[in-house]
Amino acid sequence: MSGRVLVGVKRVIDYAVKIRVKPDNSGVVTDGVKHSMNPFCEIAVEEAVKLKEKKLIKEVVAVSCGPQQSQETIRTALAMGADRGIHVEVAGKDYETLGPLQVSKIMAALAKKEEAQLVILGKQAIDDDCNQTGQMTAALLDWPQGTFASEVSLDGDKVKVVREIDGGLETIKISTPAVLTADLRLNTPRYATLPNIMKAKKKKIANVKPADLGVDLTSRLEVLRVDEPPQRQAGVKVETVEDLVGKLKETGRI
Amino acid sequence: MSVCVMAGIFQRTVRLRAALRHLCPHSTLTCAARPSPADSPFLACGSGQFVASTRKLHAEPKSSPAAAPERLPFSRVTEEDLAYFRKILPGRTITDPDLVESSNVDWLRTVKGSSEVLLRPQTTEEVSQILRYCNSRNLAVNPQGGNTGLVGGSVPVYDEIILSTSLMNNILTFDNISGILTCQAGCVLENLSLYLEERDFIMPLDLGAKGSCQIGGNVATNAGGLRLLRYGSLHGTVLGLEVVLADGRVLDCLATLRKDNTGYDLKQLFIGSEGTLGVITAVSILCPRKPKSVNVVFLGCETFEQLLKTFQLCRGMLGEILSAFEFLDSECMRLLNTHLKLPNPISDCPFYIVIETSGSDPEHDSQKLHNFLEEAMTSTLVTDGTVATEESKIKALWSMRERVTEALTHDGFTYKYDISLPVERIYQLVTDMRQHLGDRAKSVVGYGHVGDGNLHLNITSPAKDPALLAAIEPFVYEWTAGCQGSISAEHGLGLKKRNYIYYSKPSQAVALMGNIKAMLDPKGILNPYKTLPDNLK
Repeated sequence: MSGRVLVGVKRVIDYAVKIRVKPDNSGVVTDGVKHSMNPFCEIAVEEAVKLKEKKLIKEVVAVSCGPQQSQETIRTALAMGADRGIHVEVAGKDYETLGPLQVSKIMAALAKKEEAQLVILGKQAIDDDCNQTGQMTAALLDWPQGTFASEVSLDGDKVKVVREIDGGLETIKISTPAVLTADLRLNTPRYATLPNIMKAKKKKIANVKPADLGVDLTSRLEVLRVDEPPQRQAGVKVETVEDLVGKLKETGRI
Repeated sequence: MSVCVMAGIFQRTVRLRAALRHLCPHSTLTCAARPSPADSPFLACGSGQFVASTRKLHAEPKSSPAAAPERLPFSRVTEEDLAYFRKILPGRTITDPDLVESSNVDWLRTVKGSSEVLLRPQTTEEVSQILRYCNSRNLAVNPQGGNTGLVGGSVPVYDEIILSTSLMNNILTFDNISGILTCQAGCVLENLSLYLEERDFIMPLDLGAKGSCQIGGNVATNAGGLRLLRYGSLHGTVLGLEVVLADGRVLDCLATLRKDNTGYDLKQLFIGSEGTLGVITAVSILCPRKPKSVNVVFLGCETFEQLLKTFQLCRGMLGEILSAFEFLDSECMRLLNTHLKLPNPISDCPFYIVIETSGSDPEHDSQKLHNFLEEAMTSTLVTDGTVATEESKIKALWSMRERVTEALTHDGFTYKYDISLPVERIYQLVTDMRQHLGDRAKSVVGYGHVGDGNLHLNITSPAKDPALLAAIEPFVYEWTAGCQGSISAEHGLGLKKRNYIYYSKPSQAVALMGNIKAMLDPKGILNPYKTLPDNLK
């Protein structure tokens, strides 16, 4: 086995930022808004780096699809311990319509090219909440998948995955190569320490175009409209029980 | 410390001890000796509890400088008074003991008053009416904002009427060219920050209590906080104030001018006056632009000397983009790990630094930061560290510094000291205190705004411990006085530290303060028992 792990990292709007819908309702405002690595992707990177520290795998390659700024996200993965990065350049209109189908085609192509033993992704992105990329990638590669992983252990050429499911926890054993998607409780991502941040500046990020991988980026989806959720109405405070009963009657509740 | 310094402290101590002896109330009046409230029907039903209830203060002997003095002969609230208040503040004159209770106790839960009336005006006119009436009736008033003060200045000592500004929370104007904001005194700091951030500005001050503290209280206590290093103190950023004086007169100095040299700058008197010279009802403040690029760095150092050298390096290489430089020691980290389950972002070190940069150009700032960090690491001034550029990570790193106060409350009863010292001596006080107390204390921690020369020294014990307090005070004040430091850098004097003022100010200065107080509040009804010492010479 190559001992190489591919980790997908997505650049999304930072989860602490207040989201605003564009005036024309075509999407959310991204210009000038703070972006950061998708929290589930951080957990994926952390898991890969942990496996390398345990000497169970040899190399961690961080992959991101997007415009120039995606390189910052790859740098963060490098600072956490990934060895090198691959930036798949997607910009402009193509980036606006980039979704799980296109990304999974790219990841599948890269996994084959890099002869990856494992592909680890976050279970979903916090901007679209699709939860599809990992599953589609596995299907395209015809590889087994361990999704919603809260525990991963390598055992020879098999992987034991404990999955978080509605009924509790499910433990499965799958053979490699495989695709895993990270759930919240898999690990706590480390802070990138200064020595690693300095080292990361010297690590390589390769530039690749989707066409080089033979991937067609056309989207089959069209976003019609984006709206904010309905505003929560302010409550009304009343002074006495009589007032409360009166208000309830007034609004036809009783 | 050198022998000369020790000798100097000893002599000063002798003089100070003599001065402090004059402060001991020599009368032995106790609660039971108060005149019978037979003439005030209102209090008749509650009088039993009133006489029996004791103020829960530090369990020091009556002669301790921090203990409250005897009640001054103010009038007591009568039914007529309540009728008047209810007329001008319908529905906002609170007398229900359960509702008044929380306003009688400070945030640290170390001081408790026995006020029975809580007033909640909404306008300056109402505040004026209240004070005019109270002045004529000789009723004492305790102005109260967010009640987050740490020196017992925000709650009544006896039955002072609580005047809360909580309902005066309107933003009046904001000019997005000049950045000048005017608002009522009861606006919560965090709400003002959120309002401004939407308009691309920020408040010039930031503190851990931001979710509860009100701007009027911030101004009345000249609050410092985490951004003082960059934006200066409220004495510089407050452009105008509207204050209601003790007799109800409204002093309108709510100018919104950056420059105005026409006569004495009266607002400076009220900034930091802790509610003893007037009640602030509106503030106009100059706000800086919201920085486009904020970075937070969390570093670890082996020694305090290296920490100081890092500070010098920081000042030199980050210069104008530096917006905060805070420190905490390994004991603080232990408390954060233990009580709040916050993990250490880096490896264990004796000292930690939180550095924040704020600027208008992310690339320019990250380049400067990169250069600084590279230099700090290669010169081994810093042994470990991490950087955050994302909002969520920034908040996480800041909470390592901001939540130390909270972690301390879980460690036991806390003795808090907020000291200004020459920067090089800051940690010496912590080490000396640890040595001095030995194992009488549970934890002795040091943290604070090292960039401003401000140490927060905190000592915990499992329960209130008068013997421990006697070991800490006056040792800590004498140590501070020995370096010409301030015994209260930003927390103010309030009730707890009023009698220690002589450690940091000469008696002529304090006497002049007394003159000003007498001129502005001849009956002394505004926040009595606070800020100025009991014995004004």
